[in-house]
Amino acid sequence: MSDRIKIILLLAPAMAVIGLLFFGGLLVGLMRSLNYMPVIGLTEPNLDAYVAVFSSREFLRSFLLTFHISFTSTVISAAIAIAAALLLRRTFVGRGVINFLFQLNLTVPHIVGAIGILYLFSQSGSFARLGYAAGLIERPSDFPALVFDPYAIGIILQYVWKEVPFIGVIVLANMQAIGQDYESVARSLGASKWQSFRHVLLPLIFPGVLSASVMVFAFTFGAYEIPALLGASHPQALPVLAYKAYTNVDLAARPQAMAMAIIIAVLSAIMIVAYTRATRARIRG
Amino acid sequence: MHRDPLAIRSIRILSGLVLIVWLVLPLVPLAIWSFARGWRFPSLLPNEWTLQAWRYAFSSTSGVLDSLWLTIWIALCATAMSILIGVPAGRALGMYKFRGKGVVELVILAPVIVPGIAVALGIHGVFITLGLTNTVWGVILVHLIPTLPYMTLVMAGIFANYDPAFEQQARSLGASPLKTFWYVTLPAIMPGIVVGGLFAFLVSWSQYILTLLIGGGRVVTLPLLLFNFATSGRNDITGAIGMIYILPGILILLLTARQLSGRSGAVGGFGRV
Repeated sequence: MSDRIKIILLLAPAMAVIGLLFFGGLLVGLMRSLNYMPVIGLTEPNLDAYVAVFSSREFLRSFLLTFHISFTSTVISAAIAIAAALLLRRTFVGRGVINFLFQLNLTVPHIVGAIGILYLFSQSGSFARLGYAAGLIERPSDFPALVFDPYAIGIILQYVWKEVPFIGVIVLANMQAIGQDYESVARSLGASKWQSFRHVLLPLIFPGVLSASVMVFAFTFGAYEIPALLGASHPQALPVLAYKAYTNVDLAARPQAMAMAIIIAVLSAIMIVAYTRATRARIRG
Repeated sequence: MHRDPLAIRSIRILSGLVLIVWLVLPLVPLAIWSFARGWRFPSLLPNEWTLQAWRYAFSSTSGVLDSLWLTIWIALCATAMSILIGVPAGRALGMYKFRGKGVVELVILAPVIVPGIAVALGIHGVFITLGLTNTVWGVILVHLIPTLPYMTLVMAGIFANYDPAFEQQARSLGASPLKTFWYVTLPAIMPGIVVGGLFAFLVSWSQYILTLLIGGGRVVTLPLLLFNFATSGRNDITGAIGMIYILPGILILLLTARQLSGRSGAVGGFGRV
């Protein structure tokens, strides 16, 4: 058997599954978002759903909120993750503990973290009780709204909790692969600690940080259960809005739900392009 | 080698401590709630401790155990299918250079990055016509979207460091292809199958929106049950289910601790959990 045929046979099942389910699902979603359903006689595709979506204030506010959630969570997570990785590559008391907790945290499903954040930061949660014990507040409503709030603080806290270990583990692996020789050279040539970090280490780990951040951004942009649990009822995150539109009793809302799904897909496609650029940059070194 | 000044060392230790506390913190109220009775504001700790929530969770009427077995069954099936399909694909990607390899890699990577909800709405429409919505098999199939890419990528990494010369030697000594696979290839790639399989299991284990949409609320896995209890304000039962729900991840972590020392490219697998 030639290598060519072998490769095709080896790849065929995986390609069929991903092609049919993933790209098939995407394609059907796109067709329905364009009101194109030949099966029931809709053979004239149009952009009505997109026009309706983009002219709706609710959608625009939801889009901005979702972008804010993803952007803020990703930036904060990446910054803390880099700091944590710098801490973790040194030997100090508690390093093993943090290492273990990082990996433990990676295995905890998002929804559990979301419930934990709810119990910690809600107005009758653990921090509100501490505030009461310290005499800072007198009743639950005195505690600032950190969940179900319009700024999505609870959602962002949950993502930071989950994604710092994710980015941190990747950055740490990067740092360990790079070693400390380059920084030592910079230091011996008179660079300050900050300079050797900013101009030597950071450029070296940046592709890794970027590719991990891209995954975090795309994930947070499309995740449903976290904003569904911790988000305000208005405005809602885009995936929540899309699900609500899809399950609406009014079937006319379905093409709009599909349009929102496609918008999420397009945004993550942009992220994939950024991701492959970042990995290529990493290979080039 | 000089030592850093005391101030810097203290800052380092302090931030380490803050990090440790922050990483554990969200799980603490969940664990306490599972043993609490009527833990109202402003009590810092429950006035009364009880095993009621756990007893309820393990009773046959609550549906938690049914949900647990169902979640395990779905994750096992999705994992088995991912292994059967992902190992050959990983072999092709890890051992061969061919035209269009970049595109194939992109196709396999795409489901890792594109959120499930973006494709699930379209799939739902197709699955309705196929009669797969609201069924366990429909849910298992749709779980392949996130699990298969991980299995394939882990196996591609394993096969990239695999020497096919042993297979040729076995064949030249008269072993059949099946025997060669069973006695030569399989033992060599077993560590990859185990780690990739555990990841795939965990990825399926933590799916929410794919199960909710395709299962139509009829296929009630643990995360769906957890969500329902969390939004209905039964914090004690939510706590107990939450503890049960994170257990497999902890077990898998302990099993794979050596492979996950940070150097393995496979750690990315947890990112989707």
